[in-house]
Amino acid sequence: MKQFSLLSRRVAALFLAPGAILVGLFILLPFFWVIFVSFTNRTLLGRTALNPEFVGLQNYVRLFDPATFFTRGQFGSSLIITTEFVLLSALVGQALLGLLLAWLMQAIRPGLKRFVEAMVIGAWILPEVVIGFAWFAFLDYDNGTLNMIMRGLGLPPGDFLLQQPFWVIVIFNTWRGAAFSMMLFNSAFASIPPSYFQAADVAGASSWQKFRDIALPLIRGHVVTDLILITMWTFNVFTPFLLTHGGPAYRTELLSIYNYRVAFRDFEFGKGAAVGVIIMLINLVLALIYLSIGRRKSKAEKEAAT
Amino acid sequence: MSGGAFLSRIGFSVLAALLGVLFALPLIWFIFAPFNARAEMGLALPDPWTLSNFATVFQNSFAVRALFNSLIQSVGGVILIGAAATLAAYALSRSTIPGKSAVTYVLLLFSSVVSGSAAMVPIFLIISAMGLIDTQLAVILVFAGGLLPTAMFILRDFIDGIPKSYEESAMVAGASPLQAFFDVALPVIRPGIVVIVVWAFVNIWGSFLIPFILLRSSEQMPASVAIYSFYSEAGTPIVTLLAAYALIYSLPVVLLYLFVSWRFGFRFFGGIKA
Amino acid sequence: MSNRLRALYLGLATITTLVTPAFAVDLTVSCRCVEGGANSNDAIFIKTKLIPAFTEKMKAEGKEVNVTLNEFGGTDEQYTQQLALDFSTGAGSDVSGFDGFLVPSFVEGGLLKPLEEVAGPEVNSWEGWSHISDGIKALLSYQGKPYGIAKGTDVRMIFTRKDLLEKAGLPADWQPANWAEILDAARKLKASGVEFPLQLNAGVAMGEATTMQGYWMALLGTGEQVTDENGKFIVSSQGILDTLNLYKTIYVDEGLGDQRAQLLADGRNQSFANFRDGKTALLVEGDYFWRSVTRPDAEFGLPNRDEVVGWAKMPAQEPGKGLRGQDFVTISGGTGFVLNPATKNPAEAWALLAYMNSVEMLDEFQKIQPAIRARDDVAIPNSEFLTTTSQTLLPLTTARPNDANYNKVSAEIQRMTESVVSGELSPEDAMAQYKTSVIAIIGEDNTVSKL
Repeated sequence: MKQFSLLSRRVAALFLAPGAILVGLFILLPFFWVIFVSFTNRTLLGRTALNPEFVGLQNYVRLFDPATFFTRGQFGSSLIITTEFVLLSALVGQALLGLLLAWLMQAIRPGLKRFVEAMVIGAWILPEVVIGFAWFAFLDYDNGTLNMIMRGLGLPPGDFLLQQPFWVIVIFNTWRGAAFSMMLFNSAFASIPPSYFQAADVAGASSWQKFRDIALPLIRGHVVTDLILITMWTFNVFTPFLLTHGGPAYRTELLSIYNYRVAFRDFEFGKGAAVGVIIMLINLVLALIYLSIGRRKSKAEKEAAT
Repeated sequence: MSGGAFLSRIGFSVLAALLGVLFALPLIWFIFAPFNARAEMGLALPDPWTLSNFATVFQNSFAVRALFNSLIQSVGGVILIGAAATLAAYALSRSTIPGKSAVTYVLLLFSSVVSGSAAMVPIFLIISAMGLIDTQLAVILVFAGGLLPTAMFILRDFIDGIPKSYEESAMVAGASPLQAFFDVALPVIRPGIVVIVVWAFVNIWGSFLIPFILLRSSEQMPASVAIYSFYSEAGTPIVTLLAAYALIYSLPVVLLYLFVSWRFGFRFFGGIKA
Repeated sequence: MSNRLRALYLGLATITTLVTPAFAVDLTVSCRCVEGGANSNDAIFIKTKLIPAFTEKMKAEGKEVNVTLNEFGGTDEQYTQQLALDFSTGAGSDVSGFDGFLVPSFVEGGLLKPLEEVAGPEVNSWEGWSHISDGIKALLSYQGKPYGIAKGTDVRMIFTRKDLLEKAGLPADWQPANWAEILDAARKLKASGVEFPLQLNAGVAMGEATTMQGYWMALLGTGEQVTDENGKFIVSSQGILDTLNLYKTIYVDEGLGDQRAQLLADGRNQSFANFRDGKTALLVEGDYFWRSVTRPDAEFGLPNRDEVVGWAKMPAQEPGKGLRGQDFVTISGGTGFVLNPATKNPAEAWALLAYMNSVEMLDEFQKIQPAIRARDDVAIPNSEFLTTTSQTLLPLTTARPNDANYNKVSAEIQRMTESVVSGELSPEDAMAQYKTSVIAIIGEDNTVSKL
């Protein structure tokens, strides 16, 4: 049977045209430039700015050079930091906290809900320069709000940016980004027919059982969407730079910051482009994993249902 | 309600309130510092409360104009993204173009490369070739292009979640595809568009790197760049002025949030169809 | 003629009259400066003195010019990015503020052209050249050709807190003869209650300030430079090792300096604050520290600066062991303004640059911001400090290598010092890592090992 189409190809093309032009100019063109340049030794300054040479895979090979791979401030160490950062701040932090917040929202009074939502979303929407500065004041060793609280509780003040810089940016990014996951899961829960939960209530199910057995399976699609987006965003997030500049001793130099340093401080575009391409490949692999997990589970369920 | 459920409800409320307070902590400083003529990094109640910091900030014509520039760039970008993403996402959701489901993913991945700093150079070169360096339009276009894939991704997800039967019945009743889109689909998609609009506005409003790379003259710079004029000669923030300016600079996104949550509520639909 | 046509005609006439000063020339100047912020005095000088005076002067010569200043208060790095992108596409301000050490890499990248090539032979007949020493000319030159004119130069030294020295039983005009005496003084100061007596810059966060104010000042005292006499970068040597060990003594072994100030993103200001608050007594810095940082009305200023702040020459490791056999060492750098090779009005742009560096204008600039100016016929007004230090130290000074790779190697130096100061690596390991990294960046042919 021929599928009934709401839009003819011609109208669809018309609808797609403005987006296609913008994407073509500002996504595809730069994208292919980056791919191309990643195979050259092009720089902005110095001799290779005028006469860049085609160097094949040299940029990639150098990034993975075992002699320097694990050295602080090199690609490999940055890759490891970034992976941990994504796992902890996006998957554990933002997604889990977002899920928890969204679930709590279903059960609490509207007044409290508005307050919590406003705070969480506020962390998400305020401009990054403002946020960076607010956290700087928050963590200030001598006078910051956090150490004021620590002292008030009789705890020793912490030199967080120096002693635990990595955990600072993990918590910072969780704080900054949890809102998106919360909102997405909020609407996911809202789309579940209330009758499902009422039936469970009658059966005397606990909140945890309702969450695990009813809500979670139904929002799997949302979880996949959420993971794809926040993983990608967290891989590219640059805001921690405002707090730590990647330091001390490169301990918080995420790939995005490393890439910025290579491309815009050392002006090595070839190498910077190669880093960009690798980040994309990692994102691609992760997206495929999420999708396949989402698919496998729903298939298993369908089989179980029949 | 059973006793256990009541207790768990109390527990939920306490936990939620605690999380809300934790989220608020880093921002509390911002409620007081702008109104304190002697504000420092430490948290302190202004004594007395004063608007003098704001008065000084408003004397800086560069910084004031920058707020207006931010508005032009954000609103311009949002209109372009909203329109282009809605049309494209609708077409991808409702047409039978082959490979359409792969397109959004591929674009999303590409955009992750282009949002990195490596792509700033080609973007600069393209804008330069178009003769648009140092224009607000350049910033608007680059943001529209860069944010479009994600906007399409979210919006397509949303539209996929809306039954086709809405438009189908309209078309059975004799509406053209365009009429079906504008009169039937658009009102239903609107909450999704609102999410995109807020997301895009917030992104453009806060962004530093792209306007910084593409703009030159002081008259064109947005607030994210102008905020640097509140750093001292030594490069340290002039805390009082910076706090006041940051508050003014944050106001539009806060108002936008209040407006949207009052008028529409934040809603997402869909989820990946596995 | 219909009304509509008449309206059109009138409209056109209006437009033509608006465009009549068609011969007016628009010039833009940019610098990393903003009134009230970074390099505020530069912005004030350009806006309130230079632009009005230049416009007036050109008018007198029958030329209409409109000069605008693009102010920006962000970081040096951000400003460099803008310049590099602009010059690579033929955009950018006609006259641009520029840090001298970037000249070689910009020239090699084809982004800058010699003044003579941009503005013609009249550049060479400028009256100012005969008043600028070769050393200062070299700050914005590459391979013998000037690309711009330096605003002036600077010198580096140990700044001291006389009050704290006296409290620790040291003379107020303390002058060490070798490194050991610096460390001894620091120990005494520490014993007298000064928390972080000695600060020698290190680390990535401070950028070039680490290399210039810290590493170079120590390294020169071992008789070495970053490059050897053939211009090759030295990647392992006793001098590097001794320098790193000095850092280790100060920050790791004896805690004489504030480690946090070298590691945190805003560390340099932390070190300024320490000096102001009497937590640091000996700080190696450039004269900028006197001119801007400790100026009584500045953020880190000392109200009684002239009484409590002194200075000492930086000694070599041992007397006579410094570069060229010197007992004391220092290094100079400088920023200035270059001409944009793509300027549409080269003659006027050059006129502006030359006028900016005329005696008349530099004297005005001195009133706003006293400094060591490029011209020998511009006096340093009312600043005994700047006069004495420049007379004592300029004969001893050195400049960074005029090499396109310097910028990248400098970044590696910053990293090497950071790994020692943070206690993460031993001096030997840090130097080994430096060697590997520098060779990977600039190739083994451009490097030399001396160990």
